[in-house]
Amino acid sequence: MDGPASTKSASRRNFLKGALTGGAAIAASTALVGRAGAQSDPLVTDVQDWNRYLGEGVDARPYGTPSQFEEHVVRRNVAWLTSDPISSVNFTPLHELEGIITPNGLCFERHHAGIAEIAPADHRLMINGLVDQPLIFTMDDLRRFPRENKVYFLECAANSGMEWRGAQLNGCQYTHGMVHCVMYTGVSLRTILEEAGVKANGNWVLAEGADASAMTRSIPIEKALDDCMVAFAMNGEALRPEQGYPLRLVVPGWEGNMWVKWLRRLEIGDQPWHHREETSKYTDLLSNGKARRFTWVMEVKSVITNPSPQAPIKHGRGHTVLSGLAWSGNGTIKRVDVTTDGGRNWHEARIDGPSLPMALHRFYYEFDWDGSELFLQSRAIDDKGFVQPTKDELRSARGPNSIYHNNGIQTWHVDSDGVIENVEIS
Amino acid sequence: MSKFRNLLVVGGIVLGTAAAFAQATETADEPAAEQSSTEAHENATDVMASGAGRNFELGRVATDDEVAAWDIDVRPDGQGLPVGRGTVEEGITVYDEQCAACHGDFGEAIGRWPVLAGGQGTLEDDRPEKTVGSYWPYLSTVYDYVKRAMPFGNARSLSDDEVYALTAYILYLNDIVDDEVFELSNENFADMRLPNEDNFIDDDRLSEPHYAENREPCMQDCIEGKAEITMHAAVLDVTPDAGDGEEAPAAGID
Repeated sequence: MDGPASTKSASRRNFLKGALTGGAAIAASTALVGRAGAQSDPLVTDVQDWNRYLGEGVDARPYGTPSQFEEHVVRRNVAWLTSDPISSVNFTPLHELEGIITPNGLCFERHHAGIAEIAPADHRLMINGLVDQPLIFTMDDLRRFPRENKVYFLECAANSGMEWRGAQLNGCQYTHGMVHCVMYTGVSLRTILEEAGVKANGNWVLAEGADASAMTRSIPIEKALDDCMVAFAMNGEALRPEQGYPLRLVVPGWEGNMWVKWLRRLEIGDQPWHHREETSKYTDLLSNGKARRFTWVMEVKSVITNPSPQAPIKHGRGHTVLSGLAWSGNGTIKRVDVTTDGGRNWHEARIDGPSLPMALHRFYYEFDWDGSELFLQSRAIDDKGFVQPTKDELRSARGPNSIYHNNGIQTWHVDSDGVIENVEIS
Repeated sequence: MSKFRNLLVVGGIVLGTAAAFAQATETADEPAAEQSSTEAHENATDVMASGAGRNFELGRVATDDEVAAWDIDVRPDGQGLPVGRGTVEEGITVYDEQCAACHGDFGEAIGRWPVLAGGQGTLEDDRPEKTVGSYWPYLSTVYDYVKRAMPFGNARSLSDDEVYALTAYILYLNDIVDDEVFELSNENFADMRLPNEDNFIDDDRLSEPHYAENREPCMQDCIEGKAEITMHAAVLDVTPDAGDGEEAPAAGID
């Protein structure tokens, strides 16, 4: 009985506290009267169908799918962002998810020539260039190398890119949903490259996809030999076709474009290739007309996923759970701060769950909402000491036309009805 | 694997062939160093049919034809360019048939398809126009990308000469060459320069004040006065399912 009793005394304290501040007292006392004098609920007093009739058997759902009541939890796209849905992007429903692992079917997609459908028996991985021996592997070959399991976030370089000029899309799914985090199973890239034997002047790796965009990116050999992987599984099962089945590159902490899907070739060279995806795209234009290239690392970042525009506060005043995500391409998240007054005062949030390098982190901040207007923000700090900047700080350093790498602090405005909007504030 | 590595080092034999590795692991208790490098090479040739890799004997040697089929990439120094040629005039014909439906008759683009030409001098503007002529640093990227990924929906369908001709025409559309008889080939390719080559800099984000100054973030009374909204997403109203706003967005991602 200790638990419920202490909850009750906590509520009494809140009641007494609320009584001193007028308006809040009404809400608190209503809640208490509701607890004491509720009408009987027919969902409790009447026998329900699921309590009487039999459900489906174990042969009905050989591959389970979410409850029919979760059918709104889906990836969504924004048609006007791109010229067509083939070379385009959709968004992870962050506001509906918990923990740090993204379900495979909800991981955002970014293709440049649609989803390649490749039978594993038909897939080949070639290693060529400055190696002792150019090699070709089948998927069966790759499954005979020593394996590793790693949890990493993958964030599109353009995540939040539509927000550079100001608040534009109303929901964290759209402003921050080009990110997902899964456990990858595969082979370290170092193991694969050493099988071919990298020559002394092999300073760069070109990774190439098998789809019709034949995506290519140049990766420095130090990164390739450090923590990159060729992965064939995510969250315990084979990669999804839209995530590169049967094989993709994993480039921890670095922009999603480099995580080449349907990976078919790794070439070793002595200098970068300067291909389309590292010249025309994934270069960051500054206000002085110069453009940064090879901006690989995804910087320290966070967002409050609940409450947020797609997840308003519906329970009225009282105890409120604020939930969010933080991540950094530099390592782990050391701390997340939350403000309810637009950055005037900050409170340290509580990180819950695993804290893994270059993975999503889940944070919570619980507070008693008195029904007044809120300006919610989160600010992440990584284990290298980098503090998530404001959008104004980013714009003053870069101007509004960088497209990529917007890790600025997000503001949600909560009105007295609990309705929430993406805003910028002064 | 590191265990095997140490074993080989202790055994004192030369690394580098799968056969030497196999020999060493099978006869770890014997002095493997006595095996001659010639023997090792012959054994390696035998092994390559089934497994060419040098540590796990996995995979097989890629043939020259296989490497040639997939390794089509081109670098700024011209490495990877095939032997071939094409003129601006020839490029016009290919472009009109294969490209203009999306990229427009003069590279100006239809709808939201990528603009290929123009925009020179706009990179410091409020709305810069980034094209091959105004933004791209290297012509090699044009050749490489067109050959590997264009036309959209029918990639790898153009001949090497057609790609040279198209690349020449794109130079013409961007006023970088002005003669319709200009011919681009593997021989003069590396001499061509695009106007914006020198405007790319390596990643220096960590020099920005918000990172470089390494300030301890403020926790209490950080900003005076109450927060005021300066921009609303709901006013712009371009979020799917949130309204029927048709306004053009401030920034797409292409």
